[in-house]
Amino acid sequence: MNFSYLLDPEHWDPDATGGFPQLLLAHLGYSALALLIGLVIALPVGLYIGHTGRGSFIAINAGNAGRALPTLGLLMLMVTLLGLGLLPVLIALTVLVVPPILTTTYAGMRALDHGVVDAAKGMGMRPWQVLTRVEFPMALPVIMSGIRSALLQVVATATVAAAVGLGGLGRLLIDGLSVNDYSRVLAGAIVVAVLAVALDLLLALTQRWIVSPGLSGRAVARTRRATTT
Amino acid sequence: MIQYLTNNSATVLAALQQHIMLALLPVLIGFAAALPIGYLGVRFPWLYHPLINTCGVLYSIPSLALFLFLPVILGTKVLSPVNIVVALSIYTVALLARTVADGLRSVDTTVTQAATAMGYRRTRLLLDVELPVAMPVILAGLRVATVSNISLVSVGTLIGVGGLGQLFTRGFQLFYMEPILIGIILSVLLAGLADLIIVLIQRAVTPWARFQRGGAA
Repeated sequence: MNFSYLLDPEHWDPDATGGFPQLLLAHLGYSALALLIGLVIALPVGLYIGHTGRGSFIAINAGNAGRALPTLGLLMLMVTLLGLGLLPVLIALTVLVVPPILTTTYAGMRALDHGVVDAAKGMGMRPWQVLTRVEFPMALPVIMSGIRSALLQVVATATVAAAVGLGGLGRLLIDGLSVNDYSRVLAGAIVVAVLAVALDLLLALTQRWIVSPGLSGRAVARTRRATTT
Repeated sequence: MIQYLTNNSATVLAALQQHIMLALLPVLIGFAAALPIGYLGVRFPWLYHPLINTCGVLYSIPSLALFLFLPVILGTKVLSPVNIVVALSIYTVALLARTVADGLRSVDTTVTQAATAMGYRRTRLLLDVELPVAMPVILAGLRVATVSNISLVSVGTLIGVGGLGQLFTRGFQLFYMEPILIGIILSVLLAGLADLIIVLIQRAVTPWARFQRGGAA
């Protein structure tokens, strides 16, 4: 076991090219950009399909298809078709982000209690209000689980993307392997793993924060505690 | 593409064969390990949440990082296929232990109470009643694990052993689309086929599910 690369302070200098801070920043940049584009595409489509029930076939099968698609193959295909650069990688990452979000958004909308939606309509809410004030907030826990798996997918694939020339933390793994520097490979593996776990945790906390307390059961627990004491 | 296939059928077949081995061996290992682990999570309720959280953390580690991290723990060579098999087994366990636990927890208590009243002891209750009833949930998890394993194997090509992934690197190095496309198509077909087989197994082991649906409607 050799942690010398990981623990070398020179590699933690924010100004060093190829140091951890810059690689981390680049990695987060690609991942966030792909996730954002994916959200902009998948969320409205998923909400539309879930709200109207039209095209549900696509939403159900997108998840399975996305899971079956080998990420490395997709990356290399895109680069072979479009040439080296950021764009083909970004396209590949976005293609991977869309299915989990689309499928869970649809599933979350479908799993809603119909009585609640009917009640909202009965109260005189317009379709748009039903969607934004009732269906979306109630489907949010399930949608968030899709966003979490999409994020994990994109962080992992951005690592692999170093093999097709992308920067980011994957560079440590790929370059370390090619020059037989296992200390660097190990450093990269540890930082990538910690990053993925930390991001997932962060989203889990965000979920607690943005999901209505009435849905997660926390509000019930709180009132119950209040009444018993 | 047909041309490439006929000219390189031996390479493609060998890659496919390796791919199947590398993907399915971890599914078997993972499934066998997940059953007792998931059961423990149900048998000892205080274990459930730590178990779920550990599984979540393990599952979130990117595959390439895990492939390269394992040599430190296992003492294997960096470029050994054992790393891939172990890594994919870990993902399978992480996914399935949770499904097994959730599946067993979802068994209707009236069913277990009825079985207990009929004189079933704990072991037979588990094997003859709880596991079969939980089977649809467990197999749904197994489908997800199998399909994602099949697509993950190809990442292994970056450390030298990756089944169909070898076609990707080959095509990428030559900037030649054909092998990459063939690899993707075969990988997706393989995933679809494995998925179908598990669905058929599910039908065979839960014959009551069909009758219920037909009878109730």
